Amino acid sequence: MDKVLSNKKVIALYVLPSLLLILGVVYIPIILTGFYGLNKWNGISAMEFIGMENYLALAKDDAFWSSAWHSLLLALFSTLSLVIYLAVAMVLATRIKGANLFRKIYLIPMLLSSVAIAQLWLKIYHPTNGIVNSFLESIGFANPPAWLAETSLVLPALFIPILWQYAGFYILIYYAALKNIPASLEEAAKIDGANALQIAWKIKLPLAMEVIKVTIVLAVVGSLKYFDLIYVMTDGGPNGASEVMASYMYRVAFRAHDFGYGSAIGFFLLIICLVITWVIRKLTATKDTIQYS
Amino acid sequence: MISGTAGQLQNGPASSGAALGRKLGYGLLYIILILVAVLQVLPLVWLLFFSLKNNQEVFNLPPFSLPMDPKWANYSKVWSAGNINVYFLNSVWVTVLATALTVILASLVTYAVTRMKWKGSSFVLGLFMVAMMIPVHSTLIPLFSVYNKIGLTDHPLSLIFSYVAFNMPITIMILLGFYYALPREVEEAAVIDGCSVNRMFAQIVFPMTSSVLATTAIINMIYNWNEFIFVNTFISSDIYKTLTVGVQNFIGQYTTDWGAIGATLMISILPILITFLFLSDKIVEGIAAGSVKG
Repeated sequence: MDKVLSNKKVIALYVLPSLLLILGVVYIPIILTGFYGLNKWNGISAMEFIGMENYLALAKDDAFWSSAWHSLLLALFSTLSLVIYLAVAMVLATRIKGANLFRKIYLIPMLLSSVAIAQLWLKIYHPTNGIVNSFLESIGFANPPAWLAETSLVLPALFIPILWQYAGFYILIYYAALKNIPASLEEAAKIDGANALQIAWKIKLPLAMEVIKVTIVLAVVGSLKYFDLIYVMTDGGPNGASEVMASYMYRVAFRAHDFGYGSAIGFFLLIICLVITWVIRKLTATKDTIQYS
Repeated sequence: MISGTAGQLQNGPASSGAALGRKLGYGLLYIILILVAVLQVLPLVWLLFFSLKNNQEVFNLPPFSLPMDPKWANYSKVWSAGNINVYFLNSVWVTVLATALTVILASLVTYAVTRMKWKGSSFVLGLFMVAMMIPVHSTLIPLFSVYNKIGLTDHPLSLIFSYVAFNMPITIMILLGFYYALPREVEEAAVIDGCSVNRMFAQIVFPMTSSVLATTAIINMIYNWNEFIFVNTFISSDIYKTLTVGVQNFIGQYTTDWGAIGATLMISILPILITFLFLSDKIVEGIAAGSVKG
């Protein structure tokens, strides 16, 4: 048995193709990104090694920091919206009839491409014919704003479809976690006279904490690398008011053809994502997992 | 404890009141759930409606009015005129090929890591798992320049390679739990009968994983069908574009014909919605299992 299952040739045959692919498409490119960042390069002519210059320029680039600030706001907003998702999941998990159907309906936007969602929401926000402004006009607002064209409104206006898109995904995760809590705990608390809010706050919330921490990592890292929807809906505009880190990187590299500087941004993005994942994981690892007894 | 006694006191004399309260409570919960459900599907219902209207109807009738005389012509118009049929077919074959490759390659790796004995298996597994944390955007510039050098930009292979590599980690992760749980006895019996590893994998283990394979395949399909940034960056010819980018370009050219835009968007999301209608349990399960990707 052991002899058959430690056949080196077979192992190589099974693992090598995938290993080479992931090295070639994921690992070597991230090393190259760090290296390109040390060069002045337009993607066509020869690279010119300039050391840390791009990374130093990044520190002084206001447009970059404003995009980083928008990414951070999105991360904050996404983390806060987890509270809504959790509340809905709590309602859904109260052994209510039709929970399965609700959970499936909520998931639908998550299945669609960001491009389709973005195009649909462009129409929803259309200044004269979109449903938002048609509705506002019908209840008496004479001049509703052009949501995506105002620098002060564009970010919140973009956050709504993002909240909409991911609702089902997080509700599903929370629902699964809450369903894992043994019913006996809840019954015991009920016998002791706890009401629904007390059960939610004192029993369900602490027991779902591990999953909540995972979703915080997902929401924060997902927000930092968010791209598709913003790229299609506003392309970072108006005037950079909705630019995020990934869209700024894309603009610098593929529009301004500054591949060296774009790579520096890409490498910075990678480091932030890895560091934040590590930090939040580290915070979760220190706490003992709660045992259901 | 204090709240406990208070609760019991309330439950005693006023039990019919409590029952009514519970009914009202459940009613309120249902209202919340239904409201969320309505918010989740309302934009899509609106999309369906305006995909069947002409501009005059879209702009003059109330947003949620049913199309009086559904303009199915919007669909037939964009299907060929906007190159949507070409993009659609590209999406289909790129999605199917990338999904099949990912599921097969990931199965081989998972089998080698969980069932076979070799040094470095946990290190290799670690490499795949860490890759899950790496943002696609950080690899975009070198991928573009490397594909460019080897002549793969504007070539569907650049998409297939990228999709398979980036979906491999999550696919392996979903498969892992299943492979760990497979009983060893079947394999032992097969080895005693003189079965080779290849035959054992292909004829015994791989078929045993069919239910989890379906889950991973569906997750892969959803990701591949909807992928945007790789197509947008690597592919420039219309004949190779997939639906997400094709739709984007088409709408960019015809921003005023709302019916045509609605029909295009509906065509791009229908395959996923129909799949969901039939396989929603598998999809829900798969998304829950694949939750780490985000």
